[in-house]
Amino acid sequence: MVETTQIDKVNVVKAAGRIDSHTSPELKEAFDGLLDESRYKLVFDMSEIEFLSSSGVWVLLETQKRCRLRNRGDLVIASANDNIQKTLDLAGLMHFMKMYEDVDSAVGSF
Amino acid sequence: MPKEIFAARLENLARICEFVTTVSRETGFDEADTYSIELATNEACTNIIEYAYGEGMEGRIECSIEVDEKGVTIVLRDWGRPFDASEIPEKNFDVPLEELGARGAGLRLLRGAVDEVVFEPLPGEGNRLTIKKFR
Repeated sequence: MVETTQIDKVNVVKAAGRIDSHTSPELKEAFDGLLDESRYKLVFDMSEIEFLSSSGVWVLLETQKRCRLRNRGDLVIASANDNIQKTLDLAGLMHFMKMYEDVDSAVGSF
Repeated sequence: MPKEIFAARLENLARICEFVTTVSRETGFDEADTYSIELATNEACTNIIEYAYGEGMEGRIECSIEVDEKGVTIVLRDWGRPFDASEIPEKNFDVPLEELGARGAGLRLLRGAVDEVVFEPLPGEGNRLTIKKFR
């Protein structure tokens, strides 16, 4: 369900379907794997995510905390649909994460 | 009134949500409202599974839906520990990123997604949670 690819210095994480308390551990594992390898410039491609719960929101926030520590990087969001953006907004995540329309723009932001 | 009973397990969240979103779509709610109903139901059921029942405690969730011209009412019944949401502070995001903790985000999404949320702890008999989304 979760794929990771590398484009230059940036790693792109792509997941699909539902991110809830049952499925979010797999997403966390993918992000933690990259962070443990000192990869801190991350794009989360949400183009195929249909649903995001608070457990998914917390995976993103915990990942962002590690990325931004000592200004070493950033986690940015690409291709979130309207419903996902509403969830991110309700959760207050817009304060802590930049959003881009597509993966190319997100990768280009670094 | 459509009603289904589910085992209170995280792997059933998708099935519970599918039950409510199917009724929501069939009764004329648009995709944005249907998503909000799904989000609230998901967060409410996650609380039931993780807090009312908790790790290692088997249980069930009864989900009833009533739709009328005003909107949809979802009643979630469990037989776990009484759960008083007022004891959990709603998440405050007006703090630096590094100070954010994990508790309260689910309740914020639950309350923000729909128009009414009523928690009713039933001592000795679990909980009843009523969610309303108006048209």
